[in-house]
Amino acid sequence: MSALLSIEDLAVSFRTDATPFEALHGLSLDVLRGRTLALVGESGSGKSVTAQAILRLLPTSATITRGRILFRDGTGETDIARLPAEGSAMRAIRGQRIAMIFQEPMTCLSPLHTIGDQIGEALRIHTGADRRESDARTQDALARVGFPDPKRALRTYPFELSGGLRQRAMIAMALILKPALLVADEPTTALDVTTQAQILALLTRLQEETGMAILLITHDLGVVANVAHDVAVLYRGRLVESGPREAVMRAPGHAYLRALLHAVPRFDMAPGERLTPIRPARAEIPPVQEHKPLAGPILQVEGVSKTFTLRAGRIWQKPRLVHAVSDVSLSLAAGQTLGLVGESGSGKTTVSKMIMRALEPDAGRILFDDGRGPRDVHTLSGDALFAYRRSVQFVFQDPYASLDPRMTVRQILCEPMEIHGVPAAERKERCRALMAMVGLEASGLGRYPHAFSGGQRQRIGIARALAVEPRLLVLDEPVSALDVSVQAQILNLLKDLQAALGLSYLIVSHNLAVIDYMADTISVMCRGRIVEEAPRAALFRRPVHPYTRALLAAVPDPSLDHPLDFAAVASDLNDPTRWEAPYRLEPDEAGTMRAIEAGHRVRFGGATEAVAA
Amino acid sequence: MIAAILRRILTMAATLLVISAFVFIIIKLPPGDYLTNQIMELRATGDASSVAKAELLIKQYGLDRPVWQQYLMWIGVMPGSVGFSGLLQGDWGWSFEYDKPVADVVGDALWLTLLINLTAVVFVHLVAIPAAIYSATHRNTFGDAVVTLLGYVGLAVPGFLLALILLFYANRWFGLSIGGLYDSALTNQPWTWDKIRSLLGHLIVPTLVIGLGGTAAMIRRMRANLLDELAKPYTVTARAKGLPPVKALLKYPFRMSLNPFVADIGNLLPHLVSGSVLVSLVLSLPTVGPLLLEALRSQDQFMAGFILMFVAALTLVGMLISDLTLVWLDPRIRMGLR
Repeated sequence: MSALLSIEDLAVSFRTDATPFEALHGLSLDVLRGRTLALVGESGSGKSVTAQAILRLLPTSATITRGRILFRDGTGETDIARLPAEGSAMRAIRGQRIAMIFQEPMTCLSPLHTIGDQIGEALRIHTGADRRESDARTQDALARVGFPDPKRALRTYPFELSGGLRQRAMIAMALILKPALLVADEPTTALDVTTQAQILALLTRLQEETGMAILLITHDLGVVANVAHDVAVLYRGRLVESGPREAVMRAPGHAYLRALLHAVPRFDMAPGERLTPIRPARAEIPPVQEHKPLAGPILQVEGVSKTFTLRAGRIWQKPRLVHAVSDVSLSLAAGQTLGLVGESGSGKTTVSKMIMRALEPDAGRILFDDGRGPRDVHTLSGDALFAYRRSVQFVFQDPYASLDPRMTVRQILCEPMEIHGVPAAERKERCRALMAMVGLEASGLGRYPHAFSGGQRQRIGIARALAVEPRLLVLDEPVSALDVSVQAQILNLLKDLQAALGLSYLIVSHNLAVIDYMADTISVMCRGRIVEEAPRAALFRRPVHPYTRALLAAVPDPSLDHPLDFAAVASDLNDPTRWEAPYRLEPDEAGTMRAIEAGHRVRFGGATEAVAA
Repeated sequence: MIAAILRRILTMAATLLVISAFVFIIIKLPPGDYLTNQIMELRATGDASSVAKAELLIKQYGLDRPVWQQYLMWIGVMPGSVGFSGLLQGDWGWSFEYDKPVADVVGDALWLTLLINLTAVVFVHLVAIPAAIYSATHRNTFGDAVVTLLGYVGLAVPGFLLALILLFYANRWFGLSIGGLYDSALTNQPWTWDKIRSLLGHLIVPTLVIGLGGTAAMIRRMRANLLDELAKPYTVTARAKGLPPVKALLKYPFRMSLNPFVADIGNLLPHLVSGSVLVSLVLSLPTVGPLLLEALRSQDQFMAGFILMFVAALTLVGMLISDLTLVWLDPRIRMGLR
């Protein structure tokens, strides 16, 4: 099989204030016709720079210092590295022969233009098609990527679409001119697992139909195992391993790939097995503290509901109600971890906000036991509420947006202590202890957040949450914004701190592997309702509810022995009316939770009630 | 959509009513009014017939009545000596100082003010937008530095000072006459071709002077906005499609960066009237700004009241225009209304 694209000894360097920084040092690789090459590596490994170099979309501070990028399209051979970046020859290749899709489908589409306009644009500039023709062909392209109503979709704006549909629109845009090569830069990282599986299935299908080659950039070895034909592993701007998928994944030769395989949570981990971070961190975990055991659970959510009202567009219309959370009950034992799983829009964030008392529930109550018996969080006021705020702390998803860039780390850590009246002398001491606890140098206290990497910032976020010695931490997607290479560090740190400090965790995530690694009990949420809850082992051993099964089936596994069943993930399983009996729910039907074994409860639909009666 | 506009117009009417009350209170805050001050002065000089005339005016305009009645008469919901005659009926009142109806005094000045300032606004946009685009796309180059430097100079030089300097040199080098909006010989002439030509010639200096500060500010803001937008992924998407650079720039990041400026139209319109007082004084332009200043000083209440109400109405209309333009430009806002 001939190579469509050959990169030979490619070096890219960035101008900086000091010495130039070389992001790629002599990279060579081949993308074969009709095949998918997965380019794997952590952030900073140079994989995105490679993609940008192929399309000549490098930032202005970067230059290709040597090497060739040979693109063999049709009969000729073009050295892309020699073409002027903004010249007409390069523009003719871009979008027509080599197309690209990106990670964030929201920010990659302009919110001001309809997707019909944005998709058809490539067609209009490259073929000179008029509006009517481009609309017709855009409609075809949208149908091919699985838009339910392609004609209407022409006139919709990106923000009216779900994340999955936006990424489909991006794919339609990239493929409308049937390019020879598709460069996909983390195309599914920002998506829910089920959507991810659907997009991967779509890419595979389109590749079979058109015979295009795909250069897939990813850090997710599960994705690699499922869709790649060939694998190339990048580490610090160098190729450390490459070859056909079977050879590379079955017998990883390079230590780095082996380390990467052990740094991400997997479903087949032995009980009690720890992740091995690529770079070990030295956190000083404090000695184990004994807490007085509680009589009951530390946190109990009882039948909580929340409805949001959307303002009606017309004066005479009734306002629309959105049932974000309906009758959710949770129970978290002290010192344990409760995992709340669901896709975006399932209501899991609303639940965590109600626990934090950032939102009032419409019905139900939330009981918290600080050692003096359970009390309803939403009736607390004055000093009791102040004390509650101290016992429950939050760790945010995005370590970049959740730290004030104008405060030093010391100020960030001290602020909660100041609010809760910790004396100044003690604060100073505690800041140092907190930094050691999360494995950072005390010398970092005087610096600002931008001086730290994503993983380090998340450590600062955790230290801030621990500053006032809380009992319960609410972790909202604590690692989903982090690079694979540091996820293991953060998850291990959280586990160690929990064991030492006797903390209770509520972890909210759409990543089942992370939940599997962290949680003792798991609740699965869909459309504002809990559909299944069980101890961790039971849920993964015997998932019962169709939604849970769909979620589990959609997680790509790094092992080649458990390939995704693309046919099974095609249907939308977050619609309760399409669940199989006896789980099927009519619209607005609540159904009932019933225990199928000790601690394992599943939501059944009303149809079974009728049968039973 | 239509419901939203109707809702807006209703709130605008209510807002205007509240503003009219505030305007009236503020005008009435200092003790006395134009006529009582005048009468005191006349009594001192012993001019009995003028005193009688002034007292007649006081009766006629109800200035001897309680303040709230004066207010209601002013806005035209309470009959005065000649029946209902107030803002609602289109009667702007009487300027005591000029001894003419307010409409006659303000008339010409009003549209000349709008003309000068609209010219300045057009000038600002014509200069600032290309300069900002150049500056943003050629970031940290020599050209960018020059644009930035000129921008800072424009921001830092006070308008009236620049006006004086320009007047001097424009006259010396190009023979442009000083001050006013047309040759003084043409003041009371009908609008002929000569007068229009003279007007255009006289517009150059005020446009430059009034527009310069705004141009500099707009270049700075537009450049910053554009730089933010240029870094956004959709700009890369557009280039990855193979769009030529200029088209990619104008269609995506430039259009996104316009929103804050459209939102600014609301502030721009009232500025057209009240913004250039100092420059107008220095250049002796017959605009509304100096009139307002004088009216406030001499407590010429109907005159001041009318100008203030006019500025308020312009603000509201400007806000409405900018909101409607935003709705038209930005589908996110359009969908929010639905």
